[in-house]
Amino acid sequence: MRNLAVLTLWLLASLCSPLLASEEKSLRWEDRRVFSNGTPTQRLTILSSTDAGYLAPLISEFVAQQEDFEIEYLVAGTAHIYDMVRSAPEVFDIVISSAMDLQIKLVNDGFAAPLEDINAPDWSVWRERLFGFTAEPASIVINKAALAHLPHLETRQDLISLLRAHPDLFRGKIATYDIRRSGLGYLFASQDARTSETYWRLTEVMGSLGTRLYCCSGAMIKEIVDGDILVAYNVLGSYATAQSAKHPQLEVIVPSDFAITMMRTVFVSKASAEPKAAGQFTSYMLDHFASQQGEGELELPSLLAAGNAEDRNIVPLEPSLMINLDRLKRRAFTEEWESAIIQ
Amino acid sequence: MSQTRSHKTADQVVIAGSLRNTLMISLVGIALVLATLLYIVVRSYAAQIAQSTQDRILSASVTSILDAAAIRNGQVNVELPYASFSILSTQADDRLVYAVHQDGVFLTGYDTLAFRPQQPGDMQFYNSEFDSSEIRVAVATRRLVGTNQTALISVSIGQTRESLDGVLREISQNAALLGFGFFVLMTALSLWLTTRAIAPMTALAQSVQRRGPADLRLVQSPVPAEMAPLVGSLNVFMQRLEQSLNKSEEFIAEAAHRVRTPLAIVRTHAETTLQRVDRAENRQSMRTMIRAIDESSRAAGQLLDHAMITFRADHLEKQPLDLSELVQELVRSMIPVADMKDIALSVTTPDELVFDGDAILLRNAMRNLIDNAMKYAPMETEVEIHLTADPVAFAVLDRGPGFPSEEIETLAARFARGSNSSGMIGSGLGLTIAEDVAIAHGGRLDLRNRKEGGACATLQF
Repeated sequence: MRNLAVLTLWLLASLCSPLLASEEKSLRWEDRRVFSNGTPTQRLTILSSTDAGYLAPLISEFVAQQEDFEIEYLVAGTAHIYDMVRSAPEVFDIVISSAMDLQIKLVNDGFAAPLEDINAPDWSVWRERLFGFTAEPASIVINKAALAHLPHLETRQDLISLLRAHPDLFRGKIATYDIRRSGLGYLFASQDARTSETYWRLTEVMGSLGTRLYCCSGAMIKEIVDGDILVAYNVLGSYATAQSAKHPQLEVIVPSDFAITMMRTVFVSKASAEPKAAGQFTSYMLDHFASQQGEGELELPSLLAAGNAEDRNIVPLEPSLMINLDRLKRRAFTEEWESAIIQ
Repeated sequence: MSQTRSHKTADQVVIAGSLRNTLMISLVGIALVLATLLYIVVRSYAAQIAQSTQDRILSASVTSILDAAAIRNGQVNVELPYASFSILSTQADDRLVYAVHQDGVFLTGYDTLAFRPQQPGDMQFYNSEFDSSEIRVAVATRRLVGTNQTALISVSIGQTRESLDGVLREISQNAALLGFGFFVLMTALSLWLTTRAIAPMTALAQSVQRRGPADLRLVQSPVPAEMAPLVGSLNVFMQRLEQSLNKSEEFIAEAAHRVRTPLAIVRTHAETTLQRVDRAENRQSMRTMIRAIDESSRAAGQLLDHAMITFRADHLEKQPLDLSELVQELVRSMIPVADMKDIALSVTTPDELVFDGDAILLRNAMRNLIDNAMKYAPMETEVEIHLTADPVAFAVLDRGPGFPSEEIETLAARFARGSNSSGMIGSGLGLTIAEDVAIAHGGRLDLRNRKEGGACATLQF
């Protein structure tokens, strides 16, 4: 019954999506927080796809040091971020997103201002404007408690075999990104497909078992915690790891055959009214992540903590990512994906 | 005085430009032009290569997209291959724009990139602008044929030129460095070349300058072909000069010789006649005649001496001899003449003084100096003759009137006689001979007046 209700709601949402989308763009944020200390005279607006909790300590620390600043932190989905920056670039001073391809395109199209004197490895910077600051692998997250009697998962092939061996157990209890709604999901899927044919076989298998599609990692993790979902594929491992302390039934598996690792990226808007302050904050944030020790509950994995780019198979910060955003390319990929996942 | 002036003008050559400077300035100028040319050529050539490299990559990208385009199930399908963008990654993270048009209608990409109608097949490149950055665009068109439709697909890809500009900046710097290095090298080479080219001329000038006034030997050392006419002319000129000098010396010697013998005969006759005449005024005029004859014969003798000395000095054959002995002997031979004039000769010499020289010349020069001193010395005075060893010098001092101070520089010139010499027998060749001998032996003749009165003539070797 509950599943049916969710499905109906989802159908309704997708029916009136144009209306909903435009409303969301201007009015609704997934989250909005304002950080200030003392009597601020300058206001920085950060538009981000990262849940506020992960960056809140950092921002509080910053406004404590710089009493002149007040920081407004807005959270939105990656696709919305892209649209909002394109339509009103002057509203936002700093843009943070996990969708590398969308960020690259915004920078390529001239929405970012260059920052000088930033000390970062070459592969984590594009055009002195876009800076990667975390390295987060796409992971398989399972409900350890429910799958305890089954062999342990390590690779995509293991997952395919497991799903094929126990179709009844997994039917309707598999989750992955809806690449039509999530920029990050699309990025993971396209990089997956580019790396290995296994992706399409896995997608076929998942499609045949009635896989459920989600907009965000957070929602998938919540469903696993609740026990409605047993396996989620291509979830942001960092979010799941952060939750696993509170919910021990969660297990995060980084596939050992290959892992797609994305960088969360940040840039300063070229239309920013406070470019200097924005640059200061960005520099502060990058320094923080460069020196991060990985302590605390809600922390994102540091870019530099785990070796160099080649070892970690990080998606390169290059204009070739823009190819995924091509209308025809996207349509073709989405069609292929749909025919595999929706059966 | 007039002789002195003409000497000065002979030294002062009218100078019009300098071969060395002309050569140097031309070579450095050429080096400058070449270096600039080198810079421009290298830079523009490198710019072309860099541009064509970017063009090739852009065209490869365009081609890869065109190749992937196809009509499937009656629908145009243009799926951009991943490689078409990944090959466009550059060091400077250049931005890129692209557009795909089907039959002139925008299909995908950036609609700000204008459509350019074009024949299928050929690749075109042009410069344009994207978001106020300069971009290089490659565009090509391909005809797709389906079962019952055809479509013209145009693909344009543009890329900013930041990486290219970086490369060009680097190349410009290197080209400038290359040009400058070339210039410095060429300048150094020019300097060396000029010095080398001028060297034979400098050497010739120096060797001619070093020569003594009487050295008229031909230039024997090898010279470059270009200088052969000049050196040849110089040699011929010097030969002629020497010949004419020799001729005049010979002529003088010949003339003196011819005059001397008749003079001796005339003198003998005059003396015989003097014995025979009794009248006082006749005797007086005979004496005057004999004096005049003596003067002429002495002059002729000195002319002969001078000619002999010039010849010997030109072909000087030095032999070790004892100067002390030579001087003692000479003074001894002159004592009778001195006694006749009531003049005492005092001589001081070292025990032995070995010296390389021509004994005949030296004796002649010394005798001339002693003769001169005796001529001008008053009666009952002493003429001092000193020979010293270190430095080798021969000095004759008298207590006569001394040299006229304003003429002291020119007295040694040929036939010059002191303004106070009237009434004295002399040709004016004595000091000339002494000086020539001194110079032939690498020394000089020093004339000065003594503080306590009298003259001092010194041969310094």
